[in-house]
Amino acid sequence: MADDTSLILMVGLPFAGSFLAAILPTNARNMAAGLAGAVALICLCLAIILYPAVAGDGAVHNRVEWIPSLDLNFTLRMDGFAWMFALLVSAIALLVVLYARYYMSPDDPVPRFFSFFLAFMGSMLGIVLSGNLILLVVFWEMTSIFSFLLIGYWHHNAGARDGARMALTITGIGGLGLLVGVLLIGHIVGSYDLDRVLSSGELIRSHPLYVPTLCFLLLGALTKSAQFPFHFWLPNAMAAPTPVSAFLHSATMVKAGVFLMARFWPVLAGTEEWFWIVGLAGMCSFLLGSYFAIFQQDIKGLLAYSTISHLGLITMLLSLGSSLGAVAAIFHMMNHATFKASLFMAAGIIDHETGTRDMRRLSGLFRVMPFTATLAMVASAAMAGVPLLNGFLSKEMFFAETIETHVNSILDTAAPYAAFVGSAFAVAYSVRFIHGTFFGPPPTNLPHEPHEPPFWMRFPILLLVLACLVVGIIPGLTIGPFLHTAVVSVLGAATPEYSLSVWHGFNLPLLMSLGAFVAGVIFFLCLKNYLATSEEGPPYLRKVNGQRIFERIMVAISWRWARLLEGYLGTRRLQPQLRLVVVVALIAATWPIWMQGLALKPPSLAGADPAFVGIWAIAIVCAVTAAWQAKFHRLVSLMLLGVAGLVTCITFLWLSAPDLAVTQLLVEVVTTVLILLGLRWLPKRSAEIVPDSVPLMAKVRRYRDFAMAIAVGGGAMLVSYAIMTRTQPATIADYFIEKAYSEGGGKNVVNVILVDFRGFDTFGEITVLGIVALTVFALLRRFRPAPDSIESPEQQRIQNAHDDAQPDRKVGDTISDYLLVPALIMQWLFPVIIVFAAYLFVRGHDLPGGGFAAGVAMASAFILQYMAAGTIWVEDRLRVLPVRWIGLGILLAAVVGSGSWVFGYPFLTSHSQYVELPLIGAVPAASATLFDFGVFSLVLGATSLMLIAIAHQSIRRLRSARAAAAAEEEAA
Amino acid sequence: MELVLSIGIGVLIGSGVWLLFRPRTYQVIIGLSLIAYGVNLFIFSMGRLKTAAPPVLTSGAVANPADFADPIPQALVLTAIVIGFATTALFLVVLLASRGLTGSDHVDGREPSQ
Repeated sequence: MADDTSLILMVGLPFAGSFLAAILPTNARNMAAGLAGAVALICLCLAIILYPAVAGDGAVHNRVEWIPSLDLNFTLRMDGFAWMFALLVSAIALLVVLYARYYMSPDDPVPRFFSFFLAFMGSMLGIVLSGNLILLVVFWEMTSIFSFLLIGYWHHNAGARDGARMALTITGIGGLGLLVGVLLIGHIVGSYDLDRVLSSGELIRSHPLYVPTLCFLLLGALTKSAQFPFHFWLPNAMAAPTPVSAFLHSATMVKAGVFLMARFWPVLAGTEEWFWIVGLAGMCSFLLGSYFAIFQQDIKGLLAYSTISHLGLITMLLSLGSSLGAVAAIFHMMNHATFKASLFMAAGIIDHETGTRDMRRLSGLFRVMPFTATLAMVASAAMAGVPLLNGFLSKEMFFAETIETHVNSILDTAAPYAAFVGSAFAVAYSVRFIHGTFFGPPPTNLPHEPHEPPFWMRFPILLLVLACLVVGIIPGLTIGPFLHTAVVSVLGAATPEYSLSVWHGFNLPLLMSLGAFVAGVIFFLCLKNYLATSEEGPPYLRKVNGQRIFERIMVAISWRWARLLEGYLGTRRLQPQLRLVVVVALIAATWPIWMQGLALKPPSLAGADPAFVGIWAIAIVCAVTAAWQAKFHRLVSLMLLGVAGLVTCITFLWLSAPDLAVTQLLVEVVTTVLILLGLRWLPKRSAEIVPDSVPLMAKVRRYRDFAMAIAVGGGAMLVSYAIMTRTQPATIADYFIEKAYSEGGGKNVVNVILVDFRGFDTFGEITVLGIVALTVFALLRRFRPAPDSIESPEQQRIQNAHDDAQPDRKVGDTISDYLLVPALIMQWLFPVIIVFAAYLFVRGHDLPGGGFAAGVAMASAFILQYMAAGTIWVEDRLRVLPVRWIGLGILLAAVVGSGSWVFGYPFLTSHSQYVELPLIGAVPAASATLFDFGVFSLVLGATSLMLIAIAHQSIRRLRSARAAAAAEEEAA
Repeated sequence: MELVLSIGIGVLIGSGVWLLFRPRTYQVIIGLSLIAYGVNLFIFSMGRLKTAAPPVLTSGAVANPADFADPIPQALVLTAIVIGFATTALFLVVLLASRGLTGSDHVDGREPSQ
């Protein structure tokens, strides 16, 4: 298999496996575990196979172009360092899967766990194998999201939810910082390609934007690696299932931060800023983490703080800017991953078998689980840095580095002392863990009777502990060449001479080790009695709690400040909001006019047709009166509005827009019908009940609104006059007119634009129309009229009373008869309007008409029937099925549009020709006509759906009244 | 022509804006309809005013754009008219539902307290 394909597989397989695991049934524990194990095993094998390609400063690339113009490519790149991490991630993933198979209870939805797990593993492999910085950020964010899901896996547990949310918030903020940092790097280097960035270290360090770049990048790295002051999310993340902690908090999630720092070490390190920021964060984490770890009562809490501390150690090593420091850092990343993963697994076994992780309750477990205890003891000895174990080697290198002077400063002078103190603390918490858990009197009063776990649950720990031992005893033969490959790929030519041998003679680092060991043991013995009963957390510092500060900040930002801002800036009243919108629009329009002027031509009425002036005089009077009467005389206002609409329609016709005139006329009809249908549900209001004296404030408000209306209207007038009297610059209209027939196959240019040139816009617009219609329908399904609108309208009551009074009339006669003649005409018009709609549709491509107009016309044919004969009569005889028309319309438009793909053209390319039909003659048969039929169908469906849904409300009331009456009768 | 139409647009939009600030939902819906006329005419007038020159080709030959009215604003306004109807219907239904739920036809869903 080609090397580059292997890279794609390594990143892709976990995601594919994640998808498969997600669709497994909830109780498929073994199958999900098998799947996850297989994926991890394949990734591991691929990594092993790839080794020859990366050994000796080689690198494997796989580049898939994505948006090359923005330098965004899906580039995967594996060099020695990435290889080391890929191996670590997939190997520990494999062991954790095996372990999790036994750890997870059959009652949990285990396939979901493995689905998240695999997705997380894929994202982590993505981070280490990314060859493009943007891609790296994407995978980085994905690890944040999947770690959120994994930590919150037991989402019924409030601690798990809080821990997951905190981890996501902190690492998410860091991820944003990283994105900014990466964008800055891209800006400085001019490329997001990792190879190019790694070779431009000098450029980046000397750039004025170096400090912000560094800060943002470190924000990402330090939050991810739980470094001070962002460390507090890690102990809270311990609510996760233990396999998650073993994977995320040893080899992956938290390692991503130090991975990033090591990756960019050749580019960013070596400056004073780097030394101070990274060094300070590292030293604080190293000391505080190890100190806090001593006072934890929860085993996992102890391990979490120890992780913070060890990552602090790695960070400190990286901060020094010396290549030997970087070697030690890379070495310690591997060592920490092996012993910490095994320790987390051991903690999980203890929790699983005894039911508690509290060291005050645990003791003497060596008696009941000697095998596990031995393994855990060896692993924690590695954690403490005992000779002949891997932790010792990297710790010796750490001591040796801190003694050296790198940047002459207080921090550098303090480094060896901090290293010594931190190591002593590390010895203390390691001894505490072993002593508190495995020694002492036999355990009593535990939730479960403790015993050894199944062999395969212990097996992963066994392998990891063996690795610690082998690396610790014969480092040069085992880890040596691989470490060298990793180090060379980071440091390149700057790789220093370093020695991995166990024995370097009696020197200062060895003395420091011995001293720390003795000091740590003594420190523990002093604290032993206090710790046996003390509370969680170190004395005095319990109250200084990052978590509490974090929660305070969250509450302040997301609740208190938000409420405050809403109180000051928000209103729930519509009128101020609308006023604000209008004022902003007014200012936005006035500003450029003020700055540049309008260059108005002197107004003249020359060339104006008196008839045109006349109809507009009418329209103006009608519009103003409609505005004036809208409150107390709704019907009058609606009629006047209709006049304004008709004048608009005539204007379109007058000014060479027959399509608009037709559509406007038809829409005018349906709008009027629509509002008429709605009027019935509005409350009565008459001018008589309003007091004569208007309060002063109301008067002021009205004058202000009036002034604003004048300003907006006057402004619109000025602007439109200014534009209309200017000559038009060249637009794409010329193109449309020239090509309408030759390319669109139609003579009506407006229709050709709608269904062909700009077909995609139209497609979007009819979709909106369909959605609005469905929304109207859905809103009306739950419609409850106001109590005072429920009874019959006044006019109906008068008519019914009249019928009641006359002996020869039945109630309802007047209502059914009073529109008899118009109703008959309307019924006769039904087929005529349908033919008219069909005519509008067919001529649409060449003459004014088209799908929009035809659809509205057809809908008005239906609504006319409702008006003529009443809802019940129509619905007994006619089923319109508007929702089907809507569906048909969208489907047809989409199918016709995508049909052009079959012939290799872009979406909605149309094809046209004329077809000779018998009797009718040549008929245009462009594929756009089919599309136009989709438009027609949708407009018909949407319009009639809205109209019918409102019309329907009146009989719903009758039905519910009838049902209520029937129920009453039955009760009686 | 231009002067008359621009005065008409100004009056339509001005009356609509006045109604937009009124407290009753029905006033707002009438106001939005008036504004819609004004805005449609405004967009339409961006193609300048031409009489007796509809953008409908008479023959299949290559046409001279100067002989025809601008089809682009017309195409824009055509869909705007239909969408305008849909939004009017949506607003009408929302106001009916709000009136049904709150018992008030005030835009805020409750009578002002004064």
